[in-house]
Amino acid sequence: MQRSVTLSVNGAERSVRVEPRALLVHVLRDELNLTGTHIGCDTSQCGACTVLIDGRAVKSCTVLAVQAEGSPITTIEGMGRADALHPLQQSFWEKHGLQCGFCTPGMIMTAADLLQRNPDPSDDEIRHALEGNLCRCTGYVNIVAAIKDAAATVRAGRSAGAAA
Amino acid sequence: MIPASFEYARAGSLREVLNALAAKDGTKLVAGGHSLIPMLKFRLAQPARLLDIAHIAELRGVSEYRRGARIGAGTTYRELMESDILRERFPLIGEVCRTIGDLQVRNRGTIGGAVAHADPASDMPAVLIVLDALINVRSKRGKRAIEARDFFQGAFTTALVEDELLTDIILPPSPRGAGSAYVSFAQAASGYAIVAAAAIVARTRKTVSHVEVALTGLGDVAHRVESTRQLVGTKAEPEVLDKVAAEAAAGIEIQGDIHAPAEYRRHLTAVAVRRALDAALARAR
Repeated sequence: MQRSVTLSVNGAERSVRVEPRALLVHVLRDELNLTGTHIGCDTSQCGACTVLIDGRAVKSCTVLAVQAEGSPITTIEGMGRADALHPLQQSFWEKHGLQCGFCTPGMIMTAADLLQRNPDPSDDEIRHALEGNLCRCTGYVNIVAAIKDAAATVRAGRSAGAAA
Repeated sequence: MIPASFEYARAGSLREVLNALAAKDGTKLVAGGHSLIPMLKFRLAQPARLLDIAHIAELRGVSEYRRGARIGAGTTYRELMESDILRERFPLIGEVCRTIGDLQVRNRGTIGGAVAHADPASDMPAVLIVLDALINVRSKRGKRAIEARDFFQGAFTTALVEDELLTDIILPPSPRGAGSAYVSFAQAASGYAIVAAAAIVARTRKTVSHVEVALTGLGDVAHRVESTRQLVGTKAEPEVLDKVAAEAAAGIEIQGDIHAPAEYRRHLTAVAVRRALDAALARAR
């Protein structure tokens, strides 16, 4: 039986009619047309579907849309715009942190969670944080470099902000 | 993969949860859902109704409890890792959490969910056994506390009965100066333990005064290791540690699978127990 569910996605309230069994990833993609969130494995392994709920990275293939009602959700579309990229998006571009790009939205959302709690992560800490995100192209080296670069950008921005 | 249809409701209070369980109408509880939702997607479970208990405040968080700690069943792994009380008093909890799932899974998965689910390869049961944890459960009929070592009865089988809710886990204070460690040989793709050992050791001057070791991954359920008793009263000399490790699997029925035959698991058991004891001893004060 369908029911009305109101989700707070990228700062906007969106109401949809879905069944309780609808997975968040399907609602984001098929109902809200937010197709930047990808489906890779569908079994909680690959991390391509990672979004932020309450600021924390979660696999949206393993969350029911009804469970997310009332919690702010951020998808890759909420991170930056084409003319104003988020520091993580900018760094993935500059450091060549992607090849095919399929895993990239999930990588960026997980990295965003990491940088919130650890603004200056080591390579090991970045790799441990990315345990639940699989990339079949890059070998991860440039992904780690991109996240380190983004962390430095964010830190520099903060100290500049504090100085100003 | 799409689950079979079910009804969904959010519980506003503990009373509502206990009433729903007492009705025995096929309601399944969901908190983080990181054991249940994969099972729903594979249609290994097809409950008629889900009751979401993630928003019940009294089921969440870590607090002081009689010089130990009380952990609400709905506390996520991430919250366990960020708890100052657990970091100071029970560093074993943070150490094991690092090996569970991945960052995203730890953001959603709850300790109570994992304990009630009782996956035979899960990490938390062995840790709760060595910490002498008490599992508190409630139903409309009343409350009871179950020792962790009696709680886990088999694969996906616990001492919980149909109308009971796991509310919280009590960790009594560890012996003064105790050191602990968790050593896991994990299957590379899943991260689940092929064999893992949790250990806690305390010494009085140089003599071992307290030791508990438990194993997971060997079969259907986590096992408390009996051979460690011979360590108590010794100075943990290498030959005693070797003997304890070699005898750790005695009396345990070890099951092989596609990841590791029983004989290899038996070998890993001795290695994991020895390494866990060495690390725990090194951390004991």
